[in-house]
Amino acid sequence: MFDKYMICENGFRNRLAAGEVGGFEFGARLPYYRGLGLSMVENIEVSVDGQPVPRERLRFKLRERAYTLTEMETAYEEVWEMGEVAQIQVLHPGGLSPGPHKIELAETLRISYMPFPITGRDTKTLTLAG
Amino acid sequence: MSASHSVKRGVSLYSYQEEYFLRKLTLEQCIAEAAAIGAFGIETLAEQMMPGFPRLSDAFYEQWHQWMARYNARPVCHDMFLDTKRYKGRLLSEQECIDSIVRDLKHAARLGCKVMRMLVFVSPELLEKCLPYAEQYDVKMGIEVHAPWHFDHPWIMRHVEMIQRTGTRHAGFVPDMGIFTRRLPRVLRDRALRNGATPKILDYVSQAYENGVLSEYIVAETRNMGGNAVDMGYAEASRHNVYSQPKRLLEFMPSIFHIHAKFYEMLEDGTEYSIPYDKIVPVLIQGGFDGYLSSEYEGNRHIQDAFPVDSIEQVRRQHAMFRRLLGESTSAVA
Repeated sequence: MFDKYMICENGFRNRLAAGEVGGFEFGARLPYYRGLGLSMVENIEVSVDGQPVPRERLRFKLRERAYTLTEMETAYEEVWEMGEVAQIQVLHPGGLSPGPHKIELAETLRISYMPFPITGRDTKTLTLAG
Repeated sequence: MSASHSVKRGVSLYSYQEEYFLRKLTLEQCIAEAAAIGAFGIETLAEQMMPGFPRLSDAFYEQWHQWMARYNARPVCHDMFLDTKRYKGRLLSEQECIDSIVRDLKHAARLGCKVMRMLVFVSPELLEKCLPYAEQYDVKMGIEVHAPWHFDHPWIMRHVEMIQRTGTRHAGFVPDMGIFTRRLPRVLRDRALRNGATPKILDYVSQAYENGVLSEYIVAETRNMGGNAVDMGYAEASRHNVYSQPKRLLEFMPSIFHIHAKFYEMLEDGTEYSIPYDKIVPVLIQGGFDGYLSSEYEGNRHIQDAFPVDSIEQVRRQHAMFRRLLGESTSAVA
């Protein structure tokens, strides 16, 4: 559910400011009808233009704080609220070239009342301003 | 308003999740919309529309009660969750589960709710251990009897046994009317079709479900017919849904605290495609049910890939149906 809203249409941009490891980011939401603690976001997978991004190059940024996926596993108090936009950041020196890029996002959630984790998926082609 | 029964109308704000998710409606606007159609009983999911839960401020609760007064609405039910899988690699201990449930009981009490929806996976043993706290906060804990469970399922029969043995008035049920799904939702079939299902197989599954064919047979036959993955998913829907007998509610009426009026698609003729409310509401009246029929619209997830979702219109139609079935004057509310 809500899979089609996972990747936000707005907010796709390069992050090349001084002091940052270069890369890019896009806005993302949970494919779920309620908020979920970060420790229960079992996995986030991203592909860009068909190339899977290695886990260690992903960051999840919520309300000005960036987490590695490993840090998320023990983030017990922070909740990604229902419909709230977080930033998925990809460490990618030099950023991406201007123009369209195909983004694929999968979010796997540990929902306690279900016998197995659920995975939401979305794919969108977003355009990076030149 | 008919004087011959005490069934009241409400809305679980879950129904407006699509609009809330997309920030087209705020929590206050959801409350206002429910009240505007005469559905004054408000049910909420804190983890859905109350960001910051469980650390909500005093100011939030003050605001909440101001809204209730402003819209002449009544807090009725809080839907709890229980994150037994909060920690990677281990489940919550029993004491951690109790602590989490007590946290929710306190929240329900602060909202002014007398009922708390318990997820069906809460065991009778855990529920029993929470009874002293439910009494302390005076909140009734209602196990959500949700399809494919039903009142004659062994898991629910164990809850019934605990309730009868203890004589408690603080544990009971919140039946979800999805246990009376007579036909598989049409919106589910149409989505399967968009996703590449085989029309002939969808027709078979839909008809077999309506005929009461055992779901194991439906799944096996779909496989025999060469069903693809989407076809198999639709066949599996015959496992996740169930049509039990609405009259079974009568036996359990004293421990039914609240009703989840689940629906998937209100038709223009004022009926729900899958769930026969014309068979259900008379049973509630006959049994003297004096709680709330609380809308739970869940069609959005099946149409959002292809169509705009209008939860407001869907809920309005359901309440027009309820007014008719409850004998309320149709001119009383727009």
